[in-house]
Amino acid sequence: MASIEFSSVGKVFNRAGIDFVTLDGVDLSVAEKEFVAIVGPSGCGKTTCLRMAAGFEFPTLGTVKVNYRDVTAPGPDRAVVFQQFALFPWKTVAQNIELGLRNKGVPKVERQERVKNAIALMSLQGYESAYPHQLSGGMQQRVAIARAYVLEPEVLLMDEPFGALDAQTRVSMQEELVRLARVNPRTVLFITHAVEEAVYLADRVAIMTKRPGRIKEIIDIKSVRLAEKWDEHERIEDVMDLESFVHLRTHIWRSLREEKGSQVH
Amino acid sequence: MSLAMQTKINLSEMSADRAQPQRSAVTPPIRLTRSERMRLGTIGLIGFIGIWSLLSLTGLVPRQFLPAPHEVLIRFIELLGTPFAGATLVEHLASSFMRFAYGFLLAAMIGIPLGLLMGWYRWLDDVITPIFDMLRFIAPIAWVPFAALWFGTGIGGPIMIIFAGAFPPCLINAYRGARFVNRNVIEAAQMLGTSNLRIVTEVLLPASIPSIVAGLRVSAGLAWQSLIGAELIVASAGVGFMMVQAQAGVATATVMTCMLAIGLVGLLIDVALRQIETAIRRRHGQS
Repeated sequence: MASIEFSSVGKVFNRAGIDFVTLDGVDLSVAEKEFVAIVGPSGCGKTTCLRMAAGFEFPTLGTVKVNYRDVTAPGPDRAVVFQQFALFPWKTVAQNIELGLRNKGVPKVERQERVKNAIALMSLQGYESAYPHQLSGGMQQRVAIARAYVLEPEVLLMDEPFGALDAQTRVSMQEELVRLARVNPRTVLFITHAVEEAVYLADRVAIMTKRPGRIKEIIDIKSVRLAEKWDEHERIEDVMDLESFVHLRTHIWRSLREEKGSQVH
Repeated sequence: MSLAMQTKINLSEMSADRAQPQRSAVTPPIRLTRSERMRLGTIGLIGFIGIWSLLSLTGLVPRQFLPAPHEVLIRFIELLGTPFAGATLVEHLASSFMRFAYGFLLAAMIGIPLGLLMGWYRWLDDVITPIFDMLRFIAPIAWVPFAALWFGTGIGGPIMIIFAGAFPPCLINAYRGARFVNRNVIEAAQMLGTSNLRIVTEVLLPASIPSIVAGLRVSAGLAWQSLIGAELIVASAGVGFMMVQAQAGVATATVMTCMLAIGLVGLLIDVALRQIETAIRRRHGQS
């Protein structure tokens, strides 16, 4: 059962009268509760794919469907986590997380309960009434993830969510996301340019070609992860040491390097 | 490293760091300390009053047209308690200030919401902008005859003239604030299912507060200026009215007292709004 479905998606941007073909025939489907990561060279249009699933942009050709319906506008069934967090600076942590629930008309008592749970889930206790600018980057992104999770969306769209974080924070967020995916699995489309991150987090990794972007290859991670029992390792560095992990990572690296190589004029 | 090379490096760093005094043909003027600037300001003020006293006391300009500074000051203190043209200076000021407050608040109450809505709804922008662009080039003082005909010379007419002066900056700054809100934040609100009206009130409005408050400062200044202009022609009380009466009796010291009072109150309004602006910017963590 496909939760997100890209069929023959093409996207042309017009900049100053010149057409740029960003995507050229993208086919990809993400099953329910599946975690798919898209990796690709910069400028290949991977973020555009996510933005079309979110309803911020629309395909020039082909269709983008979420739960068998064409995407026509942004909505809370498809929560987005942005690279730049995009929190509301004038709202407290709790108010940021609460807004989506207020929009849905969730009664106040239930709202408070769900905000409390989301805050506990992302270990944000004690920061309820802090403003975003008082928090570190990692904490801000936790708030953004809590803001998305609290809606219990059918689909989570994450656009390089850890790209703006320092290396150590990044690792702890990756571990956290894996834990979260076990406790509360969701359909996730995850954009990144970090290959290790993709292999560590995703069930499948889709590799894109350079612009105009297409899906070049899809790597099944989940079967390897289950067969090699990655989940028995608590820490990311232990998983990254496993031969099966290294093998997959190197394969994806080579595939991406071919794209970069063919980019040279 | 040679001296020449050092100089070169200093030059390239200069634009980034002007606090460091540099010696070179293209060096910007040396930054002064706060006390040095205060001293210069005081020298300017003393010079101004000195020249004024000289012209007046030596009789170079007839005293009747240019009273000496101390005479204006004495008249100022006198008028605080003594009625002129039916009321004391304080009463005239209060009457002017009330008109100012009504016109200014009315402009803010209409201009800010309208500007925000125009920043979100493109069609509203397209409908309003041509009318607005035409009307805003009519100076507030040019509204006087029309305002007097429609709303009379009591309270309505002056308020309309103040409104004409105060309205454009309120609208323009709210509009610009709303248009330049970070797209990321708007998209975040949209994906959370936020309705259009709620985006205006909970995203565009708070994000535009610094711009709106800056607009209010400009607006208050223009409102106060237009008010005095309006009162010179319409109204039967107020500082402007008082000035016209004084002019008719060639009471130059009274005219100048009024000017002094106008300047002081205008300055106070600006200082008050600047305080609010700073406080808001600090709360936003943006300064």
